[in-house]
Amino acid sequence: MDLHKKRKLVNRIALMLSLGAMAFGLFWLIWILATIVKLGVSGIHLSVFTQMTPPPGSAGGLANAIWGSVTMVGLATLLGTPIGILAGVYLAEYGQNTVLGHMTRFINDILLSAPSIVVGLFVYTAVVLPIGHFSGFAGILALAILVVPVVIRTTENILRLVPNSLREAASALGAPKWVMITQVTIRASQAGILTGILLAVARITGETAPLLFTALSNQFWSTNLNQPMANLPVTIYRFAMSPFSDWQELAWAAVLLITVGVLALNIVARSLFKQKIVS
Amino acid sequence: MDKKQRHSPSPWGDFWFAQITRSFAIFAFACLAGIIVSLVIGAWPSIEKFGLPFLWTADWNPPGAKFGALIPIYGTLVTSIIALVIAVPISFGIAVFLTELSPLWLRRPLGTAIELLAAIPSIVYGMWGLLVFAPLFGKYIQPLLAKTLGQVPLLGKLFSGPTIGVGLLSAGIILAIMIIPFIASVMRDVFEITPPMLKESAYGVGATTWEVVWSVVLPYTKAGVIGGIILGLGRALGETMAVTFVIGNTNFLSSSSLFMPGNSITSALANEFAEAEPGLHTASLIELGLILFVLTLIVLSCSKLLLMRLSKNEGSKT
Repeated sequence: MDLHKKRKLVNRIALMLSLGAMAFGLFWLIWILATIVKLGVSGIHLSVFTQMTPPPGSAGGLANAIWGSVTMVGLATLLGTPIGILAGVYLAEYGQNTVLGHMTRFINDILLSAPSIVVGLFVYTAVVLPIGHFSGFAGILALAILVVPVVIRTTENILRLVPNSLREAASALGAPKWVMITQVTIRASQAGILTGILLAVARITGETAPLLFTALSNQFWSTNLNQPMANLPVTIYRFAMSPFSDWQELAWAAVLLITVGVLALNIVARSLFKQKIVS
Repeated sequence: MDKKQRHSPSPWGDFWFAQITRSFAIFAFACLAGIIVSLVIGAWPSIEKFGLPFLWTADWNPPGAKFGALIPIYGTLVTSIIALVIAVPISFGIAVFLTELSPLWLRRPLGTAIELLAAIPSIVYGMWGLLVFAPLFGKYIQPLLAKTLGQVPLLGKLFSGPTIGVGLLSAGIILAIMIIPFIASVMRDVFEITPPMLKESAYGVGATTWEVVWSVVLPYTKAGVIGGIILGLGRALGETMAVTFVIGNTNFLSSSSLFMPGNSITSALANEFAEAEPGLHTASLIELGLILFVLTLIVLSCSKLLLMRLSKNEGSKT
């Protein structure tokens, strides 16, 4: 075979493999989503939203788990977002070339990918042990620690996209820097910051590991944040590992709810802001 | 002048705003320091009792109060390596497809689809892996692997034994699916920053698409590609729920076969921590967590440094 043909052949094989890799990736996505929809839809009844998680063998729903998840994710977002936004503002507007800025950026990127179970352990030793019992507060704290790095990263990246001419225009009108930041640059990047928050919510909604040692779970409806709190991920974990088929069916319903929620958040976040801001 | 004169805003506003944002930036430090300090304190009884041999002792015996981390560490490393072996070539293929082959209008939807793989929560992978993937894997794929790869001398040892579905290999495969989007996304991003001039010059002298990717794009983005792979490794090391479901959760390991069930650091924590006796058992589990955190810290720092090196080079070349 002459060199030219050989090169063309190698090229063709490589490109076929590349196409194959893409198909391989999509194959899993489709398979997983198809399974979830198939097994999850049959478990979704009205009772899922109105009844509590049952003991094995009796009918029930996920109302307390859904409530717990929504409460904890909501409060964790409220707690973590301001911290993340302010720290992101520091990185983008004050600390671009300072030592603190560089180090914070570095550490934040590490926290962004750090194992979430370690965050659970941290909150367990720092909060649950001294208090003496599992609680919704501890769960919220663990989730908030996971929110912060995502929001820091997106806020910083978005603020950096704001053209400097806007900043200069504000300063030229006599605005002090903090007014310039709050009234001009943050306003200009609202959509992007919101995207970051949505992505953070999407990330913590499915987190299980940090809740195992903090909020644990609760069989009953509970609004007391000082007590263990039911939540969807831990409920899925317990029910899926169990041998009872009615528990497993509820777990599939919960998986469907969580997956649809998380994917919807992701897609909304991405369509809200087209540019890529999180890597 | 009867009109009230407007003051220029006080300089303190600026000062305080800067201080407040700075203090929240320091929060990231506080988190990292807090995690390390609290884990060391929590693990101290175990560190004191077992010392360094904790790392290579295979005994994990809660009633006998004897603990060694060898089996969870082995499980974590083996599953992560399996995941990388599968995920790296696939991610490379996906990145090449997305940057060179795919029609422009398909790039965004396909890229998003791959990124959605990363958005699916870990627990969903776990439940799907245990109830859907592992049974099929044990029934069809494992016997096939045992018949083919299992017959190769040396390598065959890895693919022998009972085909029960759950085990190190299944955990590794599910991890691979989970880290593909991370690696592929970094690779795609760094491929995209290759200057078009370089690529066009190569095309201009008659290189094929593959030759451009392999001999121009890849060498140019080497540091970034490795950074992406290490980022994937960091993710794989710390992945918890998916692994807990499919790894089989046993602290005994008698053969080198990848079909065997095992335990990883994360699955040991998820399984045992809530029921662990306060004292040495809890401390040993926290020490496992500490080992995991230090491991991922090192891995992620390497990844970050490599990626930073790439962006620096990029700055100097343009």
